[in-house]
Amino acid sequence: MSEGLLEVTDLRVDFRQPGQLVRAVDGLTYSVARAQTVAVIGESGSGKTVSSRAIMGLLPPTAKVTGSIRFDDLEMVGLEEKAMRGQRGCGVAMVFQDPTRSLNPTMRIGAQIREAIQTHEKASRGAAHDRALELLELVRLPAAKERLEQYPHQLSGGMRQRVMIAIALAASPKLLIADEATTALDVTTQAQIMELLRDLQGRLGMALIMISHDLGLAASFADEVVVMYAGRAVERAPTRTLFSHVRMPYTRALLDAIPRLESASHAPLAAVPGQPPNMALREPGCPFTPRCPNSTDKCRSHAPPFEEHELGHLWACWHPCEDGVRL
Amino acid sequence: MSAGGPLLDVRNLVQEFEVRAQGGVRSGVVQAVSDVSFTLAKGETLGLVGETGSGKSTLARAILQAPRPKSGEVLFEGTDLVKLKGRDLLRARRQMQMVFQDPFGSLDPKWSVARIVEEPLIAFRTAARAERRRRVTEVLDRVGLDPERYANRRPRSLSGGQAQRVAIARALALDPALIIYDEAVSSLDVLIRAQVLNLLERLRAELSLTYLFIAHDLALVKQVSDRVAVMYLGKLVEIGPAESLYRDPLHPYTVALLASIPNPDPTASRAPVTNTIKGEPPSPIDPPSGCRFRTRCPRAQDVCGAEEPRLRRLADGHFAACHFPVSEEAPAPSAREPARLAGGTHDASAPD
Repeated sequence: MSEGLLEVTDLRVDFRQPGQLVRAVDGLTYSVARAQTVAVIGESGSGKTVSSRAIMGLLPPTAKVTGSIRFDDLEMVGLEEKAMRGQRGCGVAMVFQDPTRSLNPTMRIGAQIREAIQTHEKASRGAAHDRALELLELVRLPAAKERLEQYPHQLSGGMRQRVMIAIALAASPKLLIADEATTALDVTTQAQIMELLRDLQGRLGMALIMISHDLGLAASFADEVVVMYAGRAVERAPTRTLFSHVRMPYTRALLDAIPRLESASHAPLAAVPGQPPNMALREPGCPFTPRCPNSTDKCRSHAPPFEEHELGHLWACWHPCEDGVRL
Repeated sequence: MSAGGPLLDVRNLVQEFEVRAQGGVRSGVVQAVSDVSFTLAKGETLGLVGETGSGKSTLARAILQAPRPKSGEVLFEGTDLVKLKGRDLLRARRQMQMVFQDPFGSLDPKWSVARIVEEPLIAFRTAARAERRRRVTEVLDRVGLDPERYANRRPRSLSGGQAQRVAIARALALDPALIIYDEAVSSLDVLIRAQVLNLLERLRAELSLTYLFIAHDLALVKQVSDRVAVMYLGKLVEIGPAESLYRDPLHPYTVALLASIPNPDPTASRAPVTNTIKGEPPSPIDPPSGCRFRTRCPRAQDVCGAEEPRLRRLADGHFAACHFPVSEEAPAPSAREPARLAGGTHDASAPD
């Protein structure tokens, strides 16, 4: 894509642990265009969070990152910490799952936002204060002026997440990564925060990566969806294409395992057996093989390539699902 | 045991907590559960939904008398648990078990799986050692954990789904009549969650168990429930058969909850999340007068602040506590319309 803002190519992240090597991300490739919303979907341990932290340069020194992350024509892999700091915040910013742990409990809200502002630009205290108030109003925090003087514990979970978004927006990033940003919130609050993110994105022309386990959320808000399993991208397509033409059996399994409002009570869920693979044991072949109803001997020995099989629709599977066929 | 009567009959249950002022927190009485009544028939699953702070977990604990409720009655097989003491209460409690959200937080990390599951059998001095061992093997088998492989493992070496299966096995050990699940599958991954949900359904059928299933995910609750109850700020605002409640929700809060759920099908006719209610729930220390939802309700009128709506029957087995329940015949009255007019519409919507 020519106007690609972020190009992740063959990204690998290895964690060295005593006696073993855990490959958390294994050859991930995707791109995000300007002002686009991409959802990265996967279960615990699928590598979705590790890959987004790699983009932010927030992985611990025990992590070995290879491959390429080009952001705005700048290679981020191997970038020095100082240069990375310049990118963090104004290039890419991130909102995390738990706003309680991301905020400093002993600092007033206003001071925490001012700190974010003054890290990126030379601003007087007064100017930073005005900008902080502006940001809180931007994220529609009720009674913004009073909130500046309050501490995180005086705010509800939804309000704290609004503050985190305000801090993330402090340096007008081109890309915002929301890592399970609404998972800990109640369903009505989640809807409010997602509406807010969509609105902000439209107004600020910012690209958004939603990291989530919730396909429903992805279906409602993303332009494109990347499904990850065992550190790899296994399917990627524009949202509507993905949901109406599911190809990868893993994506199919995820969709079928979600309880639907439309289905009758006590209807059994289609649940594939087994658990995700142990990432320390590298086996050849497709990692979903042991749980996949479509699998054959070929799947066990040869990993399917992640390729574009239909226009804009990529998947990694030797035996993709057909339209309308359940597992 | 009262033949034919409900297994559990909760009447006017009230639970309150006192909070003292401390660093910005207001002092007062938290009205966690306010005058909640419902019944649960044998073999039935009642889903309980509501947001954080709505009193779902407090209600569950008050039913188990841990801690004791402030007032009200909890009739279990006809016996009021609130009046029971000491050994009698213990004996009744044997019939009721609870499974919590975080399996790692509710399993002793230093104990083996077998020891964890055996613990309730020891606590209630049910049987000799050999018999207890046999029972442990039996329940582990039931929840799909191979006793040979798992009995000697510690919780740390289990996945979230396996650990939750251990918690379920522990709940089953004493052969209870009622199991309360408090967000028991909420932290599990989608595929594992589906496996555990199917397990719960199978156990219910095989062992004729009765469930109180607490969760914030409405689609999930529908999956397992015969009836569903909705709580808001300590009040039961709607209760009814699952099909009817999801198809024709009566309380504006239930409508808002349902509208907030993202649909995993972008091609579905249901519009994506737009109909969100504004703001956040008020403090349970000083709940609004009259209807507690009125401050966020798009249908609220003057009467909602003056008079508390009582839970009334509006359809077969379907109750709601609202002056202006939502129904298809009566679209939401605009804020400017007099309450009088709107008052007429709810009479028309009452079927009986």
